[in-house]
Amino acid sequence: MLAAVGSFLNSMTRRQVLDLYFVEARSKLVDVAAFLDRAQRADGADDFRLRSFRAALNQLNAGIPDRARRVLESLSDPTLKPIEVAGNKSACGAWEGAKATKMKSKG
Amino acid sequence: MRFIEPHAHMVSRTTDDYLSLATAGCEAVCEPAFWAGFDRGSVEGFEDYFNQLTAHEPLRAAKFGLPHFTWLCLNPKEAEDLKLAAEVIEIIPKFLDRPNVLGIGEIGLNRNSRNELKAFEMQVDLAARYRQLILVHTPHLEDKLKGTRLIIDALKSDRRIAPERVIIDHVEEHTIALALDAGFWAGMTLYPESKCTAARAIDMIEAYGPERLWMNSACDWGVSVPLAVPRAALEMRRRGHSAAAVDRMLYGNPAKFLGQSPKFKLAAD
Repeated sequence: MLAAVGSFLNSMTRRQVLDLYFVEARSKLVDVAAFLDRAQRADGADDFRLRSFRAALNQLNAGIPDRARRVLESLSDPTLKPIEVAGNKSACGAWEGAKATKMKSKG
Repeated sequence: MRFIEPHAHMVSRTTDDYLSLATAGCEAVCEPAFWAGFDRGSVEGFEDYFNQLTAHEPLRAAKFGLPHFTWLCLNPKEAEDLKLAAEVIEIIPKFLDRPNVLGIGEIGLNRNSRNELKAFEMQVDLAARYRQLILVHTPHLEDKLKGTRLIIDALKSDRRIAPERVIIDHVEEHTIALALDAGFWAGMTLYPESKCTAARAIDMIEAYGPERLWMNSACDWGVSVPLAVPRAALEMRRRGHSAAAVDRMLYGNPAKFLGQSPKFKLAAD
């Protein structure tokens, strides 16, 4: 992997980052909380999207860098074999699993 | 501020958007061929579209002093019908000599199916045979990581393809290193709801450096912002980046990649 070159442009202090982005990030955090409340209030069962979402949330508080990359990876199809047929054109944002992908591609 | 919009689907945008782009400092707009939101039913439908991209749209842009460039291909969302795909790919060469055509794109994958991959490889072969630049679309959301891996494997397996003549577009934090490490250019698409925000794009520039990176709006008929690129410039300035750094990212880098085509000329040239 390419070495990070953090010295190229980023000269902001942590205080400056917080001044610039804290309120925006806070707003997004509350949106996530409200989304989870909304989903919990609604009738019906969880599906793979909500389970994946919760699993991705665990990446946020692990204290390890590259959170954005790890969240994206946790929501991604990790396999390498092309599916047989593209049954539909739209991705949904979370990977349902190898078995489901195979069944969908047949349909 | 000056900038190049290296990826915009202007056929889907209003004339007001051309005015906004020109007013904001846009000096060229580049339009890859893409999906119309529905599947075209015949090769003639694609022929009309390629004529629109190479004859009509440049005139529309010229009214605002904007050079308009384009890329031609069969997009991955219409690649499942391989017979039609082959017919469409067969007509592309007759358009390649038109003055605003920069290369083959945006080819790539959508759901990562076998036929999508075959159509992609057919068009990589087309680009190699006609010595064209390549602009690659990577899939959406959960399909992006796998699709990017498949795309890069296919490109690396064709020894005729020079990585520096290929841009892998729509990279995010989990795919940017795959593209850059393999020697390709990488594009970051600034979308309000998917792909990446300006803040994340600038994070990636800071983490990986400015080499072989550009930002684009990929504005189309969906939720998208034609002025996303100049807005990202404002975000860079808010973080304290110099005017020279902004100019490099918004103008210098796209000009460097696109300038590998002798047809890419800017007003200042």
